Amino acid sequence: MEPVLKAENLSVKFHDHQILKDLSFTVNKGDVLAIVGPNGAGKSVLFRALLGLIPYSGKVQWAQNIKANYVPQRFNIERDIPLSVAEFLKFKTKNYGSIIKTLKAVGLTDPDHDDFHVKEHILKQRLGWLSGGQLQRILIAWAIIDNPDVLLFDEPTSGIDIGGEETIYNLLVKLNKERSMTILLISHELNIVYNYANNVMCLNKEMICYGPPDEVLDSKALAKLYGGETKFYKHES
Amino acid sequence: MSLDPLYLQLIVGALIGLGAGYVGSFMILRKMSLVGDALSHVALPGIALAFLLHINPFIGAFAALFVATLGIWALEKRTELPSETLVGIFFTSSLALGLLLTPQPELLEALFGDISKITAADLWITAALTVVIIAIMARISKAVMLGIISKDLSRSMRIPLGKMNFLFLFLVSIIVALGLKVAGTLLMGSLVIIPAAAAKNISANLSNYNKLGGFFGALSAVVGIFISNYYGLQPGPIVVLSGGIIFLATLLFKK
Repeated sequence: MEPVLKAENLSVKFHDHQILKDLSFTVNKGDVLAIVGPNGAGKSVLFRALLGLIPYSGKVQWAQNIKANYVPQRFNIERDIPLSVAEFLKFKTKNYGSIIKTLKAVGLTDPDHDDFHVKEHILKQRLGWLSGGQLQRILIAWAIIDNPDVLLFDEPTSGIDIGGEETIYNLLVKLNKERSMTILLISHELNIVYNYANNVMCLNKEMICYGPPDEVLDSKALAKLYGGETKFYKHES
Repeated sequence: MSLDPLYLQLIVGALIGLGAGYVGSFMILRKMSLVGDALSHVALPGIALAFLLHINPFIGAFAALFVATLGIWALEKRTELPSETLVGIFFTSSLALGLLLTPQPELLEALFGDISKITAADLWITAALTVVIIAIMARISKAVMLGIISKDLSRSMRIPLGKMNFLFLFLVSIIVALGLKVAGTLLMGSLVIIPAAAAKNISANLSNYNKLGGFFGALSAVVGIFISNYYGLQPGPIVVLSGGIIFLATLLFKK
């Protein structure tokens, strides 16, 4: 197995506050790694450190010539920003065909509507006027449109309805199978982890478990991760 | 070749309005309206020093604007957001200092600009610099826009945000320095902000927004200079007021 990413003793401190402590792990090509943990466990910080967006200590090593695309969790776009969806996607590619193909893949088109509908109602729309779910799908389209080797998704389906959530996860699985795309995702939902990930990292400032979900996600690990007798994790917003 | 002075003023004004409106359209999206508006005040002590040292006032103004730009850039880098209070204090203090230092006979021109003194050489310099400013701005517009949408997203794409932001602010300081002859240190900043704000009212996409920003800038300059010439008024204030009227008109068609 070909390692895509290696982290050794990765730690992050903000001022005197320890956010992440001594994380060491390897992600192989084609892995789907889910990162789970309570709010404030440092999951998003981990992504930001892996991408080199914040200072860290320890070692983060990506394989050579790896293209890693990222969908951040919070993306507060101003409602009246004069930027159309088409212009946003054109920052990545000028190829109209691949834009339409990707919009279809993320479920922003459906067989009942023709290309004209997509053009008028999605592409010409202001980015800031999209609904939360639509914007999230556009961000996912943006992330996959240039065929990256690795995707980092910070809660990919927050704000998307249940049917849409399935579309997105099925798409991720498809990308993973067909293009052996490596996927790192932060998720709050343990059923997603069981269904889609081949590896899971339990994170609460330090690493509590790492491995295939069936093996490492037992009640002991969950209790340590979330505290108490957690069996079902409810999303706290 | 000699050009009628009015045509000369109109062309120079249109070029400056075009550049200011275009660059200003990004200034507004970066939430730097106040910074842009007040930036031109900083030029006054620069002009005053240039008079005292007997050098070209444009150079003094540009030097002062450049230092201010560096300051804003450093502040942005450190805090991630422009500190409006600090800018408000610093910029108006420089205006106060400039008011004290500028020799009395020069003061009115420095404050409000005097486009009637424009020469054919000014036209060529303005034309060349405006073309360069717009060309560079167009090249870095994608990077600047991505930085506006999400810093994380653009950094994850390895866009050198610090460099891009510096280059952007540098362009703003050049266009403001160029425009001092049109609108003076008191009002030039608003020529960067008002046309772009008007364009934002009626644009749903970036391409139209940028073009309209430039167009409204040029239009306010041309209308302002024309009217002031006709009635024998100061051009600077009329140019800015024309921009204000365009802004009000666009409010009616706000999208």
